[in-house]
Amino acid sequence: MKLAGWITALALGVIGISPAQPRPTRIVSLVPAVTEMLFAVGAGDRVVGVSSFDRYPPEAATRARLGALIDPDVERLLALRPDLAIVYGTQSDLISRLTRAGVPLLRYEHAELADITQTLRLVGARVGRDGEASRLAARIEDEIANIRRQVAGRPRPRTALVIGREPDALRGIFASGGVGFMHDMLEAAGGANAFSDVRRQSLQVSAELLLAREPEVILEAHPPEGWTPARVARERQLWRAFPGLPAVRNDRLHILTDEVVLVPGPRVVDGIRLMAQVLHPGAVRRAAGASGATGYPVRGAEASRPSREP
Amino acid sequence: MTTPPIRRGVPIVAACFVAMVGAILLAPLVGSTTISIARVFDRAVPFADNIDAQIFFIARLPRAVAAALVGGTLAAAGVVFQGLLRNPLATPYTLGVSAGASLGAMVAITFNLALPIGGVAPASLAGATLAVAVVYALATVRHRGFSTTVLLLAGVTLNAFFSALILFVQYMGDFAQTYRALRWLMGDLDVAGYTPILTALPLVALAFVIFAWLARPLNLLSLGADAASTRGIDVVRAQRAAFFGASLATGAAVSVGGPIGFVGIIVPHLVRLVVGSDHRLVLPASTFFGAAFLVGCDAVARIVLAPIELPVGIVTAIVGGPFFLWLLVRRR
Repeated sequence: MKLAGWITALALGVIGISPAQPRPTRIVSLVPAVTEMLFAVGAGDRVVGVSSFDRYPPEAATRARLGALIDPDVERLLALRPDLAIVYGTQSDLISRLTRAGVPLLRYEHAELADITQTLRLVGARVGRDGEASRLAARIEDEIANIRRQVAGRPRPRTALVIGREPDALRGIFASGGVGFMHDMLEAAGGANAFSDVRRQSLQVSAELLLAREPEVILEAHPPEGWTPARVARERQLWRAFPGLPAVRNDRLHILTDEVVLVPGPRVVDGIRLMAQVLHPGAVRRAAGASGATGYPVRGAEASRPSREP
Repeated sequence: MTTPPIRRGVPIVAACFVAMVGAILLAPLVGSTTISIARVFDRAVPFADNIDAQIFFIARLPRAVAAALVGGTLAAAGVVFQGLLRNPLATPYTLGVSAGASLGAMVAITFNLALPIGGVAPASLAGATLAVAVVYALATVRHRGFSTTVLLLAGVTLNAFFSALILFVQYMGDFAQTYRALRWLMGDLDVAGYTPILTALPLVALAFVIFAWLARPLNLLSLGADAASTRGIDVVRAQRAAFFGASLATGAAVSVGGPIGFVGIIVPHLVRLVVGSDHRLVLPASTFFGAAFLVGCDAVARIVLAPIELPVGIVTAIVGGPFFLWLLVRRR
């Protein structure tokens, strides 16, 4: 799923695990970020079912597809005879049905960046890969701390983090407010969220609000589908409608079309690095090799690099 | 009919016009941020450095103009649909035009249709055109001429059918897309420039040319088709003009602001309370008053929750719902 969706769906806190049970061998995960975690800790071969929005890692696409967060196909799910279902805390209907069916559950919720590695540890512990999960979580936390260090002391550009708008028009613009993992990612990458005073995951930004906040950088984060380089180039030009914005005058308009900036999974550090690279060009070194902390390749932001940097 | 002489209503039409102009001029003075009007018009500061002027001319003024355009157009379309269908409960959205427009917009948002000509507005116009074509075909296929009864039935059915398709399309999207699609349905006049207005303007202008011609035929049609034809009206031609003119107006308005509710029904009723039922007065007065009304509602939408916005469709519904109930229970 384009996990931008979470932005509307999130509740608070990391919650809930039942006491130690036998190591599961048939796992279903109904949230793409968790699927990524399961594969990243080496439990991917035991995953038998995923949500319909899962597409990473590519192996996940070969598993049975069970629908999405609000409408999972319980019948297909039960037919897989899972011995562990990992569900999001707000899936209360699904949770009660699976409980009645006697399927062991791991429920979790997360809201902010720090919760992601906590969930990773939780998931790892439950599937018997504590060591891998702890090591990976620690590595992710180290990498994030590293990025924070590399951008520390630099001026933090006031940034509008746009997470949705009408295609080919600057209307219906939604941006990250001052709570949630996307806001945290932006701050970790050395940006100052232009809308951090709005204590919501996302808000609709009117033309007036955008002009009044005078963002120095406009960072758009979209799922990759449909964003060809030609379209990225074309849609960047739309922002010329606001010629007075510092971000427009200095051509600091970036359209990131990689889901690493949208999915609160183990690749989140790659997303933060991508943001940091556009916010502070040259300050952040690339991760070792062409891959991030998880060992999976990361699509660069080349297609969306601005034509010039100030 | 106890229509007062038209001359008595002219001052009221003029007053509505003044209200519209006043609303367009006053609305840009308020907003979620505080700007200095002196600085807005200060020629010494270059526009690129003058944030106050940018907020005034890029954000607020086009928005007020868009609200006036959409409000006036929807109110006039409401008048025409009510006259055509001879049904006081008809709205610009009764015959499925807005459902078609909404379906087009939902498809564009959910499937992320990116067209170099702008994404959602052309898709919604295409959807409106489709709906109008289907309804018209249904209303004429079995009838020589034009049956307003079949028109109404076909429109209402198509409305329901398109609403089901809208739900289906939304269901195919993910959370973020579905949320933005829902938000579009609540109406949004934040046009951020004049392009959306200029795009819709030719369609709206054409619709109003038709409306101007329609005022007298609508008066006669309100007596019934037979009575109208004995007075020398080409009934089918007038009905066809009313249907296409009002549909064109509705489609254009919805493509700019989304399906904003209640404007097209409460404004005509309010205006009729004051000027009577002569369409030569009701049409212009509703147009001007509808424009002023929506500019006012949008100003409320912009400031009550600032810096967050309240969708303008919620404001018109909160004002319009109780008003409509009052209209229903008031003494006749």
